[in-house]
Amino acid sequence: MLNIAQPEEVTFSPELITRFNEIVTRYPEGKQKSALLPILHLVQAEFGWVSAPAMDKVAEYLHIKSIEVYEVATFYTMFFLKPLGKHVLEVCRTGPCCLVGAEKIMKYIEQKLGVKEGEVTPDGLFSWRGVECLAACGMGPVLQIGPEYKFHENLTEAKIDELIDSLRLTTADKPQIS
Amino acid sequence: MGRKLLLEHINVPGINTFDVYRQNGGYRALEKALKTMSSDDIVEEVKKSGLRGRGGAGFPTGMKWSFLAKPEGKARYLVCNADESEPGTFKDRYLMTYIPHLLVEGMIVSSFALGANTSYIYVRGEMMPQIRILEKAIAEAKAAGFLGKNILGSGFDHEVYVQPGGGAYICGEETALIESLEGKRGNPRIKPPFPAISGLYNCPTVVNNVETIAAVVPIVNDSGDEYAKLGIGRSTGTKLISASGNLNKPGVYEIELGVSVEEFIYSDEYCGGIANGKRLKAVVAGGSSVPILPANLILKTANGENRLMTYESLAEGGFATGTMLGSGGFVAFDEDQCIVRNTWNFSRFYHHESCGQCSPCREGTGWMEKVLHRLEYGHGKLSDIDLLVDVSKKIEGNTICPLGDAAAWPVASAIRHFRDEFEWHVTNPKEAMERNFGLAHYADPLPKPEPELSQN
Ligand SMILES: Cc1cc2nc3c(=O)[nH]c(=O)nc-3n(C[C@H](O)[C@H](O)[C@H](O)COP(=O)(O)O)c2cc1C
Ligand code: SF4
Ligand code: FES
Repeated sequence: MLNIAQPEEVTFSPELITRFNEIVTRYPEGKQKSALLPILHLVQAEFGWVSAPAMDKVAEYLHIKSIEVYEVATFYTMFFLKPLGKHVLEVCRTGPCCLVGAEKIMKYIEQKLGVKEGEVTPDGLFSWRGVECLAACGMGPVLQIGPEYKFHENLTEAKIDELIDSLRLTTADKPQIS
Repeated sequence: MGRKLLLEHINVPGINTFDVYRQNGGYRALEKALKTMSSDDIVEEVKKSGLRGRGGAGFPTGMKWSFLAKPEGKARYLVCNADESEPGTFKDRYLMTYIPHLLVEGMIVSSFALGANTSYIYVRGEMMPQIRILEKAIAEAKAAGFLGKNILGSGFDHEVYVQPGGGAYICGEETALIESLEGKRGNPRIKPPFPAISGLYNCPTVVNNVETIAAVVPIVNDSGDEYAKLGIGRSTGTKLISASGNLNKPGVYEIELGVSVEEFIYSDEYCGGIANGKRLKAVVAGGSSVPILPANLILKTANGENRLMTYESLAEGGFATGTMLGSGGFVAFDEDQCIVRNTWNFSRFYHHESCGQCSPCREGTGWMEKVLHRLEYGHGKLSDIDLLVDVSKKIEGNTICPLGDAAAWPVASAIRHFRDEFEWHVTNPKEAMERNFGLAHYADPLPKPEPELSQN
């Protein structure tokens, strides 16, 4: 975490804070720390990753120590602790999907994007990585793309081509910090 | 056709919406429970039904509910386990996607039975679309007056919230799930105390799987005795099976417990046989954690009896020749699949997902992954095979939570039943990387129309 360039400062928009405020009401008085995971998801959806200053801000908001946020963000695999491509293709690499060709699909994505697992394409648009079973084994091979985690099932090389082409055309920019 | 209880209306267009669900008898159980039954009546019906937890362990739900402590002045919680991360399992996602109100209705009825005024559905974070679906269903139920204060004039107040996880298999373990819901790392707790005494926020808590909670709806509607008429022996009712791997029709099937494994795999009502005209080599019957069995032992027990899809029949023969129903994640391997590679893949999974609190699990899963990797990639030794058995034995039973056992069993069982395939990887490293071993040797013994298989 420490060897990643961090933004100087992060500001949470009033809309984001409104959503935090709503989440906190789901838990009993004094148990607002329960809101940590949902809030980290919102932060990642907003900024594309979870930076140290953003985590400090979350800690401040929840009245907990920064370290409590760091230890959670580093434990769960969904949180990106460094900036990745705008679209992160997360392909299931677990047994049942491998029975129906997940490994070939990962190789194809690697070759098509021209970057290794966890890297970013030069245009900043794509990253990919293998993840563990996504609870869609009967529809494998399968991949997901955040922040809404829409699933793409029964993947073939042709479907990957189509998906990547359509993502290139997506104009809606996710705000990035760098 | 087997009876369906959970997926009876799954093909009705719009059943995911409140109105259509309601028109098809939805929220009848809720009305019946809140208007005509006491909490104890519902617990009694669930006990009579013989329903067993559908999350994997198969513990009787009614008994679990009756253990819930009820100290004065302390809140009680129901937490639904929708973490669904056991490889091979995808039935809860299906249920939440296509008939979300069944879960919401089950949550309200079960919470009423347990005296919980707040409940949470903990959904793995990757299922964002399902989280949105559930939030919408909850809002619809609330608008209809089935959630909130004094529901249907019963004096019962209830709210359900959806909580996302963050991507960690271990959070499916109930105490890790509770930690995660409190905003912490998903480290399983040492038991006792059990959640029934001290769970979420140190309050008495019941954690149940999605399918378990959904099954409460038909039990309340039709009575526990009616539910118990389905199934065989102590395996009552219906079960959702997630079928994946090399099958003609992978997918989610609701079966009446007691269907034979052969019928489940080969009949057109279910999986329709092995894909591409190939033969069956092995099955993992209950999610990645349960012992793998070769085709001959999954179709028939060691005594030559037909193996049935029940808790008891699948376990027949113990670990020597049997397995477990687990979460119902049914993974079929065709003759071209490599057992060593799959075992390595599963070990990598458990190593990756170990929370790291116990040394046998943290270190042992790493060793197993490493040794299996070298066997699969052609530089293993024959002694590695016994080393794996030894490591798996040292993990099993020596850890805080059952993830350690879950990591040990697949390795131990793969070696138990497919030892010569492991040995062949050592003695024929180059060939092992190019093609698979043992086709005819392990494959499905039933006569199949497919002729000629490659020999070794
Ligand atoms: C490592 C591990 C992972 C688990 N994952 C799940 C899961 O994803 N979903 C689930 O319902 N139960 C899972 N369980 C079982 C739960 O601990 C618990 O037994 C279950 O949620 C109880 O609900 P039930 O009685 O309705 O089955 C897991 C257990 C372990 C040890
Ligand atoms: S057995 Fe493994 S996952 Fe379970 S508590 Fe120990 S280290 Fe964590
Ligand atoms: S193994 Fe890929 S979704 Fe389960």
